[in-house]
Amino acid sequence: MNINLKIWRQKSDHQDGGLRSYRLENIDPNISFLEMLDILNIKLVKEKKDPVAFDHDCREGICGSCGFMINGRPHGPQKATTVCQLHMRAFNNEDNILLEPFRAESFPVIKDLSVDRKAFDRIISSGGYVAVDTGDALEANSIPIAKEDADEAFLSSACIGCGACVAACKNSSAMLFTAAKVSHLALLPQGEKEGKERVVNMVATMDEEGFGACTNTGACSAECPKEIGQTNIARLNREFIKSKI
Amino acid sequence: MIDFNLFSKAPDGDLYTKWEDYKSSLKKLSPEEANKYKVIVIGTGLAGASASATLAEKGFNVHAFSFHESPRRAHSIAAQGGINAAKNYKGDGDSVMRLFYDTIKGGDFRSREDNVYRLAEISKNIIDQCVAQGVPFAREYGGLLDNRSFGGVQVSRTFYARGQTGQQLLLGAYSALSRQMENKKVRFYSRHDMLDVVLVNGKAKGIVTRDLISGEISTHSADVVILATGGYSNVYYLSTNAMASNVTANWRAHRRGALFANPSFTQIHPTCIPVKNDFQSKLTLMSESLRNDGRVWVPKKKSDQRKATDIPEDERDYYLERIYPAFGNLVPRDVASRRAKEVCDEGRGVGPTGYAVYLDFQKAIEEKGEDFIREKYGNLFDMYQNITDENPYQTPMKIYPAVHYTMGGLWVDYNLMTTINGLFSIGESNFSDHGANRLGASALMQGLADGYFVVPHTAMDFLAKEKPLEKDITDMPEFVEAKKKTEEEISKLMKVDGSLAVDEVHRELGKIVWDKIGMARNEKGLKNALEEIPKIKQKFWSQISIPGDDKDVNQELEKALRIKDFIELAELMAHDALDRKESCGAHFREEYQTEENEAKRNDKDYKYVAAWEYSEEKSPQLFKEELQYKNVKLKTRSYK
Repeated sequence: MNINLKIWRQKSDHQDGGLRSYRLENIDPNISFLEMLDILNIKLVKEKKDPVAFDHDCREGICGSCGFMINGRPHGPQKATTVCQLHMRAFNNEDNILLEPFRAESFPVIKDLSVDRKAFDRIISSGGYVAVDTGDALEANSIPIAKEDADEAFLSSACIGCGACVAACKNSSAMLFTAAKVSHLALLPQGEKEGKERVVNMVATMDEEGFGACTNTGACSAECPKEIGQTNIARLNREFIKSKI
Repeated sequence: MIDFNLFSKAPDGDLYTKWEDYKSSLKKLSPEEANKYKVIVIGTGLAGASASATLAEKGFNVHAFSFHESPRRAHSIAAQGGINAAKNYKGDGDSVMRLFYDTIKGGDFRSREDNVYRLAEISKNIIDQCVAQGVPFAREYGGLLDNRSFGGVQVSRTFYARGQTGQQLLLGAYSALSRQMENKKVRFYSRHDMLDVVLVNGKAKGIVTRDLISGEISTHSADVVILATGGYSNVYYLSTNAMASNVTANWRAHRRGALFANPSFTQIHPTCIPVKNDFQSKLTLMSESLRNDGRVWVPKKKSDQRKATDIPEDERDYYLERIYPAFGNLVPRDVASRRAKEVCDEGRGVGPTGYAVYLDFQKAIEEKGEDFIREKYGNLFDMYQNITDENPYQTPMKIYPAVHYTMGGLWVDYNLMTTINGLFSIGESNFSDHGANRLGASALMQGLADGYFVVPHTAMDFLAKEKPLEKDITDMPEFVEAKKKTEEEISKLMKVDGSLAVDEVHRELGKIVWDKIGMARNEKGLKNALEEIPKIKQKFWSQISIPGDDKDVNQELEKALRIKDFIELAELMAHDALDRKESCGAHFREEYQTEENEAKRNDKDYKYVAAWEYSEEKSPQLFKEELQYKNVKLKTRSYK
């Protein structure tokens, strides 16, 4: 298949960027989207031109490194799929494909399609843990947890921190990301003790980092490659209100 | 040349109480005293994050470095199947002794008894720690922790969180690390590559790094340096490792005097999605846990072109069940991989390339129901379908072995210290616990054992005998020299004005390493590799092209620095494989096999750890650590 790419090129956060066009011919529809970009980059290197910078690592949809906008959607057109798991068969011959970085004030552009998502780490640092030192733990089976709760907590904890939720949100809110971590720990007895401070501190950090407000539009869950649901946000709100009582 | 006397430093005494006794004899520092010391940790995967968090809890000031944006992106996150622990929750007769024995046997008697026993012992604490952190392991309806079984063992001792165990454990270690970042006990350096280790008076006192955003080369001093930098599977180009996983930090330490042990012990995982075309950038693993319910088979007939579902039962060869009735589909990885290669070489492989075998769930779906299978392996099935465009609920998966893990690594003693004083190595980056073959669900166990429960004690003991640095010493000539060397190397690379992308050279290297130092090796092939690899090196240094500026984000330069080291490592792997004239575990020398095509070990001549010293001018020098077996009897591994 042949494709026409328009890619956002930007040298750094301090410099202006713009769209550049590239055409690739005879692309095997069974290769992954990132393998298609590898082909483009090898071509650019051979022409002594600067290759397109993008983040990626595991290429199995779990590390959360990859992620950019494809035709206006985070991670592209396929539901519950990270860019690295997207294949060219999701596109048609002669398609025009537009690639841009995730756009959010809290995610400054590093270069081209690569953005800085360290704000997420700062949200976690402000409370996304159980305060237990190594060696202080009780025997594991002394804390029985209902299977449903453990499964539910797992689903929240499956968030990969890719930032698609922020990029999908019209307000660039990090509510889904924060709510997933708050939920994961709120659902488990281990996380209960610090529940109040956790939600207050994490929400405060989220605001300090410049993420926008949540208006429950749900675009975040719709675009989330791990299908983190809206119930997480409801649970965060409940935890937040509970902390005030 | 130093004459290394490779002594494990494991204390004498009873195997069962050794670690506890030793631990209590180690020197301690109070948090106030510990606060005077600075610790550098490279890598923030399971081993690095757990070590950083624990050392910070003990009062040390930790500076943690990663080439990733965030610690949560380390490749530990991709581990699927699970983590072993000798909890015996299933009451199936499991014990520390049994886990110890399974691991020693699984490693084909090429690992150190003392280290492996300690690992088995600590396994129980790891589960306690992770549960306390809120890791959502799978549970039974009664609320207790669930277990499943894995290859090479006959008990159920593997704890798991669907097919995302590595993710959940890493998020646990990352949360502990994040808490210490908030406490200002850990400073995290994101997107930094370590390019050298700096020795002062023979001791590791710091590192040289490149900031991957600004391109700036800087030096950092500390009282001790801990490498938690993972494995080197990407020397094969195609592997299940993440794209940026590399050997550079370890290789730079090796060049500075850390011996590299058993480099040719590389694990080929039997259940991966087969290579589909020349553009393939990496391979995807399908968890070994699938072999609990999946049955491996190929057609009995050669070049059978029928669809899998059209081949009747009596024309299928469930070869693992046939050859290994006791373990069946759950034989260890090296055995399953080699047998897959064998049936494909016979012409009975399936799929477009003929290099694949079936992993079939039909029987399990009939007996246990599709919902049961979905609950257990749903995400893996989805991933498979997404990549291959085939539905594994309806048609068997096609799988083939791929490089997955490296047992070899920096040589360390019982304290996990390398042959460089003050330089430790933990997790996959060292060689210590898995011998010639690692059992499934043991990598996560080792990473966390080293990071949470071993190195915090042994590094503290080391530091308690050291005077803390009073100030930053990066103005010392050793640091200035190391920085200058790194800058010169980068400028030399930037000046190679060829026409090849570094990926193209990497792919060529990978092909040689896979063909000659892969699943089966022989003298002719290894000697050929030693002729071919220098040509690749030559090509690399004369024909690559790195556009752009080194003082900027430059992903081609990052790759070039890594591939340069992979080329040198590949040569060492060939030397190591050539030296070991026996077959053991993952190291299968075709010249040394039994009549039934099983590995033929030679304990009389090769019961040693091969540790290699780097030399710029001549061939690497071999030093041997003789392995002592006092508690287990050496025997031929049999899974029949």
